[in-house]
Amino acid sequence: MSAAGGVILEARGLSVRFGGLLALNALDLTVRRGEVLGLIGPNGSGKTTFFNVTSGIYAAAAGRILLDGRDITREPAHNLARLGLARTFQRARLCLPLSVFDNIALGAQERLPQGLVDNLLRRRSLARDIEALAEEARTLARLFNPDLARRLSDPAIALGMIDRRRVEICRALIGRPKILLLDEPSAGMTHEETNQLVDEILAVQRRNGDLTIVIVEHEMGLIERITDRCIVLNYGRKICEGRFREVAADPTVREAYLGPS
Amino acid sequence: MSVNPMSQPPASAALPAVRSGAPARSLPDFAIFAAVVALSAGAVAFLVHAEDQRVILAALLGLGLAWAAAARLRVIAAVERGSAAHPWPARMVMAGACAAVLVVLRQDNFGLLMLATVLIYATTCLGLTIQLGYAGLSNFAAAAFVGCGGYTAAAFGRIEGLALPDAAVILLGGVTAVAVGSALILPVLRTRGHYAALTTLAFGVMFNVFLDANELLGGPQGLKLAPINLFGWDFSQDPVLFGVEFSFYANYALLCLALTAGALVLAGLLDRSWMGIRLDAVRLDEVAAQVFGLRVARWKILAFTLGNALAGMAGAVYAKMTGFIAPNNFTLGDSLMMVSIVILGGIGNRWGVLPAALIVVLLPEKLQFIQEYRLLLFAVLVILVLVLSPGGLLPRRTRTLAGGAA
Repeated sequence: MSAAGGVILEARGLSVRFGGLLALNALDLTVRRGEVLGLIGPNGSGKTTFFNVTSGIYAAAAGRILLDGRDITREPAHNLARLGLARTFQRARLCLPLSVFDNIALGAQERLPQGLVDNLLRRRSLARDIEALAEEARTLARLFNPDLARRLSDPAIALGMIDRRRVEICRALIGRPKILLLDEPSAGMTHEETNQLVDEILAVQRRNGDLTIVIVEHEMGLIERITDRCIVLNYGRKICEGRFREVAADPTVREAYLGPS
Repeated sequence: MSVNPMSQPPASAALPAVRSGAPARSLPDFAIFAAVVALSAGAVAFLVHAEDQRVILAALLGLGLAWAAAARLRVIAAVERGSAAHPWPARMVMAGACAAVLVVLRQDNFGLLMLATVLIYATTCLGLTIQLGYAGLSNFAAAAFVGCGGYTAAAFGRIEGLALPDAAVILLGGVTAVAVGSALILPVLRTRGHYAALTTLAFGVMFNVFLDANELLGGPQGLKLAPINLFGWDFSQDPVLFGVEFSFYANYALLCLALTAGALVLAGLLDRSWMGIRLDAVRLDEVAAQVFGLRVARWKILAFTLGNALAGMAGAVYAKMTGFIAPNNFTLGDSLMMVSIVILGGIGNRWGVLPAALIVVLLPEKLQFIQEYRLLLFAVLVILVLVLSPGGLLPRRTRTLAGGAA
């Protein structure tokens, strides 16, 4: 893989506070370029909070986040897509009444014309842009499910759960991110569907080799199969780090999940 | 109106089953479209002209049944397909229907005034469609923004020695509404849902109190205005076209029609561009919109501004048309009427505004005996429509910018 080992995302002493609760407590972690990193830990350990603070939805109480060496701690959410960060949500956040194409196009906002004149008056160039983006969306959707590529004009609400997840991931990928945060892709899906979806994600990742993926997931079989490395959180702190098998054998991790023996 | 090169592929793509036979089907669809437009024009002319209460009630009942039948028999879908497959002929048919209505009602002063008023409401409600339907901003002060435009027109008419052309006055009406609205932008951006509704509602009430107390703007007695004169076209003269004499109200009806058409085009162009997707995303999920790079505040301000500009311009024309405005022309009740038009028509469907405005404005005028109960009637009507057809008279369709087939 390209630039193996380089750090793409880094948290230094990162804390997030909700009232009296420290959801993240001086967290240090690094994500290497091109890897698939699993972020695991019991419920409430701060995994999704880490995603939310990284993508600018929550504010950090202390510490710093660096994306590609650039401090993004105070960066507003709407700037992060441009800087190469994309994510999905635990509870799929598609715009259900909108078409599949509209949903995917939302992920490409950064490179689409912003001005009123371009949008309202230059209709020919707009039509060309739309066709080009539709082709791109089709190509992307085809990697997941050829049938989905034919359903770009269907409303997202007409899709089944697995296709909705696929659309969400297409929406994240069409912006050509450097790093993709996947928040529990298995939520609401069967075991088989999850495995299928994850294989598709990995296939996409292999196609553009330097895409980094951080995945939050409770299904350990999946984590074992796809991650290069795992970080275990508990009470907002990193308690363990390493390959899945090492992490799974670690006594502190076992204690975090099962309680003291 | 700019040529819209995209309207053809999505039209057929919306219904993949029809795709292969599209050329064969599109002509019957277009014929259905033309027939529906002609029938609607006839119904409008008849309703506006009719006097007998029983005849009007019967006609309304008939129209309601026809509407239900049309919805059931998928006539509305055929109309949409037909007009989308041949956009320019469709526009010609609609223009022809409007012209026919004008000719039929050429001597009917009250009828033409009513039609023009319907179009004023429709224009304002198209602004509301951009705000509420697209960006999801509640605005319960639409009548106040119409008032801003109206009072601007009145105020400029009172300044001695300053003879602004009326086209500029109408534009300034829009500018004033936008400027006054900008004072509301912070509260509108910081509140959501019920709270946003309350802020605008409070503003609408304040606007009325302010007008009532302001001596310079005529207080409760209001202000008089001179008729419109657009580039030498004197609106107080009865126009004669091809030897046919029209009431001078035809001038206003025509101008209002142009305004509504402009608003329709604006809303349509917005909807069928990246802007439409952005505004929808802001309405449906602010967090996801932000995460994908949208500056939510920017798009809300854009929608709020465009909507208020339309309301302000409509207000300037309205004030000049009636020749007199007072605070009680722009009350909370009027704002609620405008919101109910948008809901009745189908939130976010720009075409739905037309039949809805016609019903809501015309009904109390025509059925004098319910005059005092008109707010009750709107409430019942809106509830009825929401029960029978939750999406309104013309529910919004899924936008199809790009076709589905590879």
